[in-house]
Amino acid sequence: MEIPYTVKARPDTGLYNAKVGLWLFLASEVMLFGGLFSSYVLLRVGAPGGLWPRGWLNIPLGTLNTILLISSSITITFAWAALKSNQFGRFKVFLGTTLLLAITFLGIKSFEYRDKLSHYQVTLNSGQVVDGHLVERTADHLVLHGVEADSPKAFLDRRSREFRQLQHEEFKLATAEVKKVEAYKPRMNTYLALYWTMTGLHALHLVGGILVMGYFWGPGSRMWHTAPEHFTNRIEIAGLYWHFVDLVWVFLFPVLYLL
Amino acid sequence: MQTAIQSMPHGAAHAEPHAEPGFLRQYVFSTDHKVVGIQYGLTALIFLLFGFFLMLTMRWQIAHPGQPVPVVGPLLEAVLGQVAKGGMMSPDLYNSFGAMHGTIMVFLAIVPLAVGAFGNYLVPLQIGAIDMAFPRLNMTSYQFYFLGGIIMFASFFIPGGAAQAGWTSYPPLANAIPTDGQTFWLLGMVFLITSSLLGSVNIIATIIQLRAPGMTWMRLPFFVWAQFVASFLLLLAFPPLEAAGVMQLMDKVAGTSFFLPTGLAVGGAVGQASGGGSPLLWQHLFWFLAHPEVYVLILPALGIIAEIIANNTRKPLWGYKTLVYAALALGFISFIVWAHHMYLTGMGTTIATFFQTTTMLISVPSVIILTCLLISLWGGSIRFNTPMLFASAFLPMFGIGGLTGLPLGFSYSDIHLHDTYYVIGHFHYVVAPGTIFALFAGIYFWFPKVTGRVMNEFWGRVHFWGSLIFMNVVFMPMFVQGLSGMLRRMSDGGATYALRPDVHELNRVILWGAVCLALAQIPFIINFFYSIARGPRVTSDNPWNATTLEWQTPTPPGHGNFDKPIQVYRGPYEYSVPGASKDFTPQNELPAKA
Ligand code: HEM
Ligand SMILES: [Cu+2]
Repeated sequence: MEIPYTVKARPDTGLYNAKVGLWLFLASEVMLFGGLFSSYVLLRVGAPGGLWPRGWLNIPLGTLNTILLISSSITITFAWAALKSNQFGRFKVFLGTTLLLAITFLGIKSFEYRDKLSHYQVTLNSGQVVDGHLVERTADHLVLHGVEADSPKAFLDRRSREFRQLQHEEFKLATAEVKKVEAYKPRMNTYLALYWTMTGLHALHLVGGILVMGYFWGPGSRMWHTAPEHFTNRIEIAGLYWHFVDLVWVFLFPVLYLL
Repeated sequence: MQTAIQSMPHGAAHAEPHAEPGFLRQYVFSTDHKVVGIQYGLTALIFLLFGFFLMLTMRWQIAHPGQPVPVVGPLLEAVLGQVAKGGMMSPDLYNSFGAMHGTIMVFLAIVPLAVGAFGNYLVPLQIGAIDMAFPRLNMTSYQFYFLGGIIMFASFFIPGGAAQAGWTSYPPLANAIPTDGQTFWLLGMVFLITSSLLGSVNIIATIIQLRAPGMTWMRLPFFVWAQFVASFLLLLAFPPLEAAGVMQLMDKVAGTSFFLPTGLAVGGAVGQASGGGSPLLWQHLFWFLAHPEVYVLILPALGIIAEIIANNTRKPLWGYKTLVYAALALGFISFIVWAHHMYLTGMGTTIATFFQTTTMLISVPSVIILTCLLISLWGGSIRFNTPMLFASAFLPMFGIGGLTGLPLGFSYSDIHLHDTYYVIGHFHYVVAPGTIFALFAGIYFWFPKVTGRVMNEFWGRVHFWGSLIFMNVVFMPMFVQGLSGMLRRMSDGGATYALRPDVHELNRVILWGAVCLALAQIPFIINFFYSIARGPRVTSDNPWNATTLEWQTPTPPGHGNFDKPIQVYRGPYEYSVPGASKDFTPQNELPAKA
């Protein structure tokens, strides 16, 4: 007993089942990220004037990642086209490239995450605030490489002239004079909470995509020899999903890195 | 003739040798939509009973605050310990039971019954398909639902007990309660949302792709349309709540402040949270789901009622197309009314006006549907069997629920009614004697197809009259209480407020109404299980002389559903067609030669 239209398109709708399913799934994904982006807008609009962090992320790295992801969207299309024109070897190359690009994206992303986790803001009893990367931490002192200011507000807009004029140096702080130590984790402020949650959820979507594409590249590709049309459909579906993941990043990048 | 015919797989299916699948494959890990539907149905019925039991103990506490709960009190103390000391319900326990009553009823009982059970079982049959479009996803959907249910249920037994912040889980309260119940709630919801995502994709894709040849859109039974729209609501409205759930989970476990404002003080002390969040944001995201969700509760019910009315009046539904368009309109508008739950949040008159307008707009298609169903009764020689009794009681009950919604839809009157028992009365009329009656009607109606046996008619009537009377004893007084200002979610039933004594007295009336309502379900439960084993066998595959395709299958339908290729020639409700040889013409019956 076989479900109809798993491979061939239904004549009146012009679609095979999985494609309908995927489009529906993507519609719900749009609503998921739509909910998050709306939350971003609401929280940012609700933030007291001028108190939204700017320039906290590495734009060159973000740009590189954007390029990687867009390229991977193109290569997966080529992979599908290769199957359509019966070139299995070419397909392997292009899907492999897609996988490499995706994994590189995740590598860069985790580098950025690690950077945030070793980035600290330390409030001293005197009221001074030191912001920078942790060099060393022992029981009685902390060493940070970064900048110092009278108030954390000075660190909000890192594209401002004032911030760029701050001296970068190494600070050795005795534990006794430290009031509060805080890493750039989600709990630090709403901006970082959004950054971690949104990019984290996006990264999970990438991981899912990589697992599926990895399967189609490896053991799953044997299907090509038994059911080529079905296999081609699967790659098409994977590609559609991948375009969506790409699209989400195309929104995330400007919203979190540039604005 | 059409290419589509070749996809009717039946000839092929019989040719291959057919190994009997083992017990596990057949009943537990089955991908057959009918088995999945039955799994959904039985699990959801258990949750329905459990949710009802939570409410019963709460009603005792409301009527007799601080007195040990009779019968189950010692059991509660034995299982839950401190929170039920001396068999009494502590306010904490009351809050847990209240939050979980709502959660279980909506997400684990009614929707899984209406969409998971009825949708899964009937949609493929009614459109002439052999199964769902994605049978394995269908099984997975049930498994996610089951796990979500387990998580919710387990949360009663963790230290501190289950979630306490209501089924609405408003922050900052939801975050401020220091126990882990809320975390379990959020995790459980993520599972349930995933389940509903898989289920709704499946139902929509099945309706789009697997309709039998000749089954055009306007020949779909109204039930299928209702499932189609309800599934779209699930598909599109749940994800924002998933996003919100993830954010609340982050607030809970990662210490973020998505929903926590700056300077939030809990128990007199300013908390550690970074602040900058917005409690209102949660309310928006929650109601963006939860308003469409109420239409997920009601649409499948309307679908069931439509089928039963057409069948038992032996007449076509009045205004089939109108019904379809009204259901579609309902679906669209339900996405833009959510903030009528938030009039008291200080939204300002412009926004309030918008949401008042849309709320009044959405009552138009609701009234249209109800009116079409009422007119359908007109002039029919009605067969009043148990399904039809429930269906005919549904109409006025749903009517009361809908009409009492109108004063809530205007911000001016809602300011007085919000958060009172009036609201509880309103939505219970739509869901309890409304949707639940429809579900009962559906169970009695399709029972012969699923089991091959018929439920007892006499006990069905006892069940019906008991339920109808006591539903009203329970819910009607709530309007009175609410109008006199009694608030909801008070563990002492409002005893600390200066209300007229007779308003408090109603709490006792409601308690005994609820107890009797429980007793009225006993005939149903016994009848249900007894009939599965011993009920009289049906003598025909189509015992109600119905027109739709699910009755054109063997009884019960086997794997693959139909034993012949299906070609549809006509609409779903050809009852009493003038000149026809019998008073019903099944959708797949060959047209008479002209
Ligand atoms: C047909 C017209 C309807 C209108 C105008 C309407 C209007 C409203 C309004 C304005 C509220 C908010 C009241 C408040 O909190 O102050 C409300 C609450 C509610 N309604 Fe309706 N409603 C309608 C139909 C329905 C239906 C069909 C259902 C479900 C099947 C439903 C279920 C609910 C629920 C569950 C709540 C309460 C949620 C809560 O606060 O816990 N309503 N309704
Ligand atoms: Cu609503």
